[in-house]
Amino acid sequence: MAGSNKTNITPPRWLLAELTYKCPLQCPYCSNPLDYAQHSDEISTDDWKRVLSEARKMGAVQLGFSGGEPLTRQDLPELVQHARELGYYSNLITSGYGLTEEKIIQLKEAGLDHIQISIQASTQDLNDHIAGTESFHSKQEVARLVKKHGYPMVLCVVIHRENIHQMADILAMAEELGADYVELANTQYYGWAHANRDLLMPTQEQYQEAEEIAQAFKEKVAGKMKIYYVIPDFHEDRPKACMNGWGTTFLTIAPDGVALPCHSARELPGLDCPNVNDASISEIWHESKAFNFFRGTEWMQEPCKSCDEKDKDFGGCRCQAYLLTGDMYKTDPVCSKSPDKHIITEAIESARLSALASNEKPLIFRNSKNSKAY
Amino acid sequence: MSLNTEKTIKFSPMHRLQWEEAQQKDVILYPEGMVELNQSSAEILKLCDGTRNLDQLVADLEEKFATTGLKNDISGFLEVALGNGWIQQN
Repeated sequence: MAGSNKTNITPPRWLLAELTYKCPLQCPYCSNPLDYAQHSDEISTDDWKRVLSEARKMGAVQLGFSGGEPLTRQDLPELVQHARELGYYSNLITSGYGLTEEKIIQLKEAGLDHIQISIQASTQDLNDHIAGTESFHSKQEVARLVKKHGYPMVLCVVIHRENIHQMADILAMAEELGADYVELANTQYYGWAHANRDLLMPTQEQYQEAEEIAQAFKEKVAGKMKIYYVIPDFHEDRPKACMNGWGTTFLTIAPDGVALPCHSARELPGLDCPNVNDASISEIWHESKAFNFFRGTEWMQEPCKSCDEKDKDFGGCRCQAYLLTGDMYKTDPVCSKSPDKHIITEAIESARLSALASNEKPLIFRNSKNSKAY
Repeated sequence: MSLNTEKTIKFSPMHRLQWEEAQQKDVILYPEGMVELNQSSAEILKLCDGTRNLDQLVADLEEKFATTGLKNDISGFLEVALGNGWIQQN
């Protein structure tokens, strides 16, 4: 174990329930693991109910039903109802694909609090291309139905090189659909996005232009619509405060019942992430090796160890340090104090050159066939 | 946007106000977020049920806590609440 200070363990507040890795979409930036096809087991309805009950008892209150596509689980309304009875504030994080009005009403009656719909672009061609599935018009229809039935509607658009030029149109679309919140999620390079990074990463200039448009829009719609802007961390000087600190706030349960300190953590070696079939949520949160691994600051190396900002960003993201340097204890290379910062600079340059190349390789879409190659 | 003192005030149906046992606090829940409330803020919001305007709300709270002179604090908080979308006026 890398080190922990068990006297200071705060309870989980956010529970991300990844109900399934099944998904009708094939987005090439999906944060699910590349080898998700190897983790096809799904825990039962009763297991999920127990997980929800135990986490709620500890203090978890924000709940995301995610995936894959959570709508593919037939027991979703039953789980939503259980969550409501426990007092969770629950969010369905969906592609919208296959979400009928009947289901929207059923989930509302079961106690679902809000729905987050992903849209891939402001045009049908690009949306359907990125999603790998014809879905643009049905997503728009679902967005309208979500509003019609009184849910707060969150529109989530993952931003990357293929759609960043549509920023103004994407925001106009969100306004037209009546979104209450728009999440502009600059792609984070894990899972499938890591594999496709050269094809997805915008240039610094593209980011700046898009951010200016988003900022102006934010001021225009203040009081009507809220904008959540997920920063493109490769272009920052300091890393993100990943997960608000390891094992402090966030608990993710993967479809097969594996409990993760962040949704990407199963990529890290040697954590022995526990399964909810083998231990209670309280034991997992307090006692497990995985959840204590990067708690606190004792695990840190230089330059984090003596850095006066270590309590602010916690050394950045462990998964990113591992993906980029092969060493999960290192400073997130995004940080300008990191001796590995050149990896970020090179990645940005590599993506820029890839965009200019005449024979750019194709995107790897997230589907079972491609997953089996990993 | 600023508070209309004549109109009644109601808690936003797009948010949820609830007591959190684990935190021993009232909180406001909304998509992707949570705000922890101190006791006086929570008491104000609980009376925002669409039946009271500012003066009626102040009178009820002053009576409940057997005190006077709360109006400035209450209206200050309600301005913040309105700006955050926690309350609405028709």
